[in-house]
Amino acid sequence: MKGVRLIKAAPAFTEVITLSAKKPFRVNQLIEKNIKWLFPLPTGLFIFLMMIFPVLYTFYVSLTDWDMISGGRISFIGLDNYVNLLKEPRFFNSIKLTLYFTIMAVGIEVVLGVAIALILNRDFRGKNLVKLILLLPMVATPVAIGLAWTLFYEPTIGLGNYALKLLGLPASQWLGSSKMVIPSLALVDIWEWTPMITLIVLAGLASLPQEAFEAALVDGATPLQIIRDVTLPLLRPTILIALVLRCIDALKTFDIIYVMTTGGPGFASETLNIYAYNLSFNYFRFGAASAALVALFTLVLACNLLVLWMRKTYEL
Amino acid sequence: MKKRWDQVGWNEVKRIKWKEIGWYLLVIMITIPFIFPLIWIIAAAFKTQAQIVASPPIWIFKPTLNNFKSVFMEQDFARFLWNSSVVAVASTVLSLLLGLPAAYSISRYKQQTLGVFILVARLMPGISFLMPWYILFSKIRMVDTFSALIASHMLVALPLIVWIMINYFDGLPRELEESARVDGCSIQTAFLRILLPISGPGIITATTLSFLFSWNNFMFSLVLSTHRTKTLPIAIYNFVSYAEVSWGNVMAAAVVIITPAIILTMIFQRYVIKGLTVGAVKG
Repeated sequence: MKGVRLIKAAPAFTEVITLSAKKPFRVNQLIEKNIKWLFPLPTGLFIFLMMIFPVLYTFYVSLTDWDMISGGRISFIGLDNYVNLLKEPRFFNSIKLTLYFTIMAVGIEVVLGVAIALILNRDFRGKNLVKLILLLPMVATPVAIGLAWTLFYEPTIGLGNYALKLLGLPASQWLGSSKMVIPSLALVDIWEWTPMITLIVLAGLASLPQEAFEAALVDGATPLQIIRDVTLPLLRPTILIALVLRCIDALKTFDIIYVMTTGGPGFASETLNIYAYNLSFNYFRFGAASAALVALFTLVLACNLLVLWMRKTYEL
Repeated sequence: MKKRWDQVGWNEVKRIKWKEIGWYLLVIMITIPFIFPLIWIIAAAFKTQAQIVASPPIWIFKPTLNNFKSVFMEQDFARFLWNSSVVAVASTVLSLLLGLPAAYSISRYKQQTLGVFILVARLMPGISFLMPWYILFSKIRMVDTFSALIASHMLVALPLIVWIMINYFDGLPRELEESARVDGCSIQTAFLRILLPISGPGIITATTLSFLFSWNNFMFSLVLSTHRTKTLPIAIYNFVSYAEVSWGNVMAAAVVIITPAIILTMIFQRYVIKGLTVGAVKG
């Protein structure tokens, strides 16, 4: 393959050299000398403008008492916003709900995803079609999916309670019940993202060394034993990465929660994301919102740095 | 020698390999939950309101195009389609222009810190940027402009493209550029004329995923666009904000939003899978 590529690229060389000769030689030289930082510069600049600067600005605002009422008169109040945040039960409620949602959704996704991947791990007719079907929940617009599931969860006209009725189970309020709302939302997330785990694990399974399985078969292991003692241990790095990737994204879930419940009923589904959004754009308490955002930002950044460090130390 | 049907004995029946059928049934059972909601959405888009809310649910019905007609004529959906397309294409193209060189540099010169710096943008929740963006863009009167929206989408697309392309460039042999440089070609020309043309698969993956995520993006448009630049996800959400929900319209709108994503995924299935699993599997 490499040889073929080189030969294919050969005709381009002469064209390339003539081209270089046409351009003003000094500009070319200048670019080449500094390419190390010239190439990444536009990207870095953009990231600075759109990410670093806004975050620093947020940090600054979090130290003020800016909200809709104070209008123009903003005063510096130091860490008061943070103190108030720590006294605010809704803040801790949102953290609790975020963790509840994430652990429930990702936990089930990983178990289901791995199981399905193990089942599908063989060549069969229609495998590509199945993979395509599995892709669809992931690429379908979450807002549209959220609204469709809202209809599904409708207590009177929705399929959800109809299905429950068929199974002989009592009807549920689904999104209207403060107990069932997080599980209902988690179910949507599970439907959307289990395929992601499955596809990652399938890719991982394809790259496992065959010798281990052959050795196990020679030793007379049953399929279940093989799965438990050979496949799963070998898959551990892949499953861990999939789990971590999904956790990071699940913490950021916003679209489906906003569209289906906006944090309701009451505050029963107000995750940290939604809470920060409400503070910013519902109540326009920018000072307080900034403090919450700095908290959220720090939390997620800490988790991610932890993950990066784990990957480095454990060579994942 | 083929036997007549009444001559077939138990042996032939056993040869039908019940295990295979059982397995295929299992596969179907696994696949159905994932595709059923989508089929239901499409079916509902062609139903009347009465048919949708009927319980027990109606499986066989006469389809109607009224919902689509209403969505496009009364709700001006074509404009939102256009807005979403403009933002998705622009943010993807601009992110490619910025991200490809950056990914190349990070990959070839092992600029780890820079790489981490860019990737952090991908890990952070969008809401943490949304508030300062809203304030800052309001100050320069740029809310509800395409530029603000495109820039916000780029903050998602750029790290994604850089991440995918770094992984891809890492897998390309350096001999190609090195032979080009030996022949007197500058680094940037080697990048442009040699490396990029063979980076097709990686670029397709990056482009498709970037387009998909921009198309599906809701949060940024929710805050940064009001009337002029309203995108599809916001439009469909607005259908449900009123007291009386016309589910048929909502489902028709959903079909309109989801269809391009599905078509894109069908065409570039291989690349989408590659992009979503990249970096997750070693070697």
